[in-house]
Amino acid sequence: MKKTDALIIGAGPTGLFTAHQLKLIGLDCEIVDNLDKIGGQCIELYPDKPIYDIPAVPECTGEELTNNLLNQLKPFDIRFHLSERVEEVKKEDNNWLVKTSSGNSFLTPNVIIAGGVGSFEPRKFPPKECVRFENKSLFYSVKDKNIFKGKTVSIFGGGDSALDWAIELSKESNVNLIHRRDEFRGAQATVNKMHKLVKEGKINLFTKYQMTNVHGEQTLESIDIKHDNDEIKNLKTEYVLGFFGLIMQLGPIANWGLNLNKKTIEVDTEKFETNQKGIYAVGDICNYPGKLKLILSGFHEGALAARACFKLARPDEKYRFEFTTTSTNLLKRLGKKE
Amino acid sequence: MAKITYITSDNQIHTVEVQNGLTVMEGAVQNDIPGIDADCGGGMACATCHVYVKDDWFNRIPKKEDGEDDMLDMAFEPNTNSRLSCQIIVSDELDGLEVNIPSKQA
Repeated sequence: MKKTDALIIGAGPTGLFTAHQLKLIGLDCEIVDNLDKIGGQCIELYPDKPIYDIPAVPECTGEELTNNLLNQLKPFDIRFHLSERVEEVKKEDNNWLVKTSSGNSFLTPNVIIAGGVGSFEPRKFPPKECVRFENKSLFYSVKDKNIFKGKTVSIFGGGDSALDWAIELSKESNVNLIHRRDEFRGAQATVNKMHKLVKEGKINLFTKYQMTNVHGEQTLESIDIKHDNDEIKNLKTEYVLGFFGLIMQLGPIANWGLNLNKKTIEVDTEKFETNQKGIYAVGDICNYPGKLKLILSGFHEGALAARACFKLARPDEKYRFEFTTTSTNLLKRLGKKE
Repeated sequence: MAKITYITSDNQIHTVEVQNGLTVMEGAVQNDIPGIDADCGGGMACATCHVYVKDDWFNRIPKKEDGEDDMLDMAFEPNTNSRLSCQIIVSDELDGLEVNIPSKQA
């Protein structure tokens, strides 16, 4: 079990800047994120889209913003735990015991939820029966491509993931590529390559089709796909892959005894604390009168929550407000002074 | 101002007045109409404000712009009548618009 002054859930811009604020005032912290990379919605939803309303940054993309925030964290030693979802938060005396999906556990007086709109999960196929085959013959990501060798694989989706895997697996598998319309949103070169393989008979392409059913007892045998004009085809297939991007789900946060309002957590505007002492919510996931879902608001909320953490992490010390321009303490922590 | 009718998947009918300039998504969220999540807040980045618009209205409302169909690829059970309600801006011409909300957004 790891002990830390504060645990941040979410490595998006708000979580990153909150970590900066914690380290600056002399607290340590660790960050857990369900995604396999740092940046949250900025990286997952709009890495290339410019943002124009970060103060003093006239224009930057989600990726640039993330990289700049990471640069700002360079003086500090912060441990990231990626591809891990926080499953459980439980009171233990004056601390919170936090457990993640990878079996990590943390003991901390402060938990800061900077979770955006929840954790990113793959979007799934609509038919309910798909669940029976999930992670056996139906997948939303590829962990071991060797299992597909010599088999029939039906791939759904119109973006780069679907196209890349269709092209890759067509070398050693019989590939069906199924998409709801004729246009693909993947990179043009990849789309061209796919069409070439279709012409050569290496990929069977079905457009304007979507999956309506799966068949099989123990193992998957076939699927039904339906055309926009209602015609149904049955495809024999051993594996199915679905690439419909990610969706944000509130997930386990809903079970932690917090006051929720739709998909957001209610907080006060002094400490950004929830109804549970020592659990804070900042950024898009928090809610209070006048809340704006702006990145700049998340920065402010994180800065105040970090000060609140100090009281619980250092009950015997008094927090002193200082400026980075003049404080020897802060400059030392930033590595600017011996 | 336009009267917009939202029909949920279990056939509950909600008709509300929505101000010009707001989106059909905002009309739903502000009036607590269930079934439109709008996780990204109108940024065309999440496909959780998906609605179906029947042919007559589908052809009358402003057409999809670049990127909307890309996002609709990720929606739950999209079809040829699918739109993202955050991309439909309300005006007097939309008075009487009916949209159907899917059974799920994801």
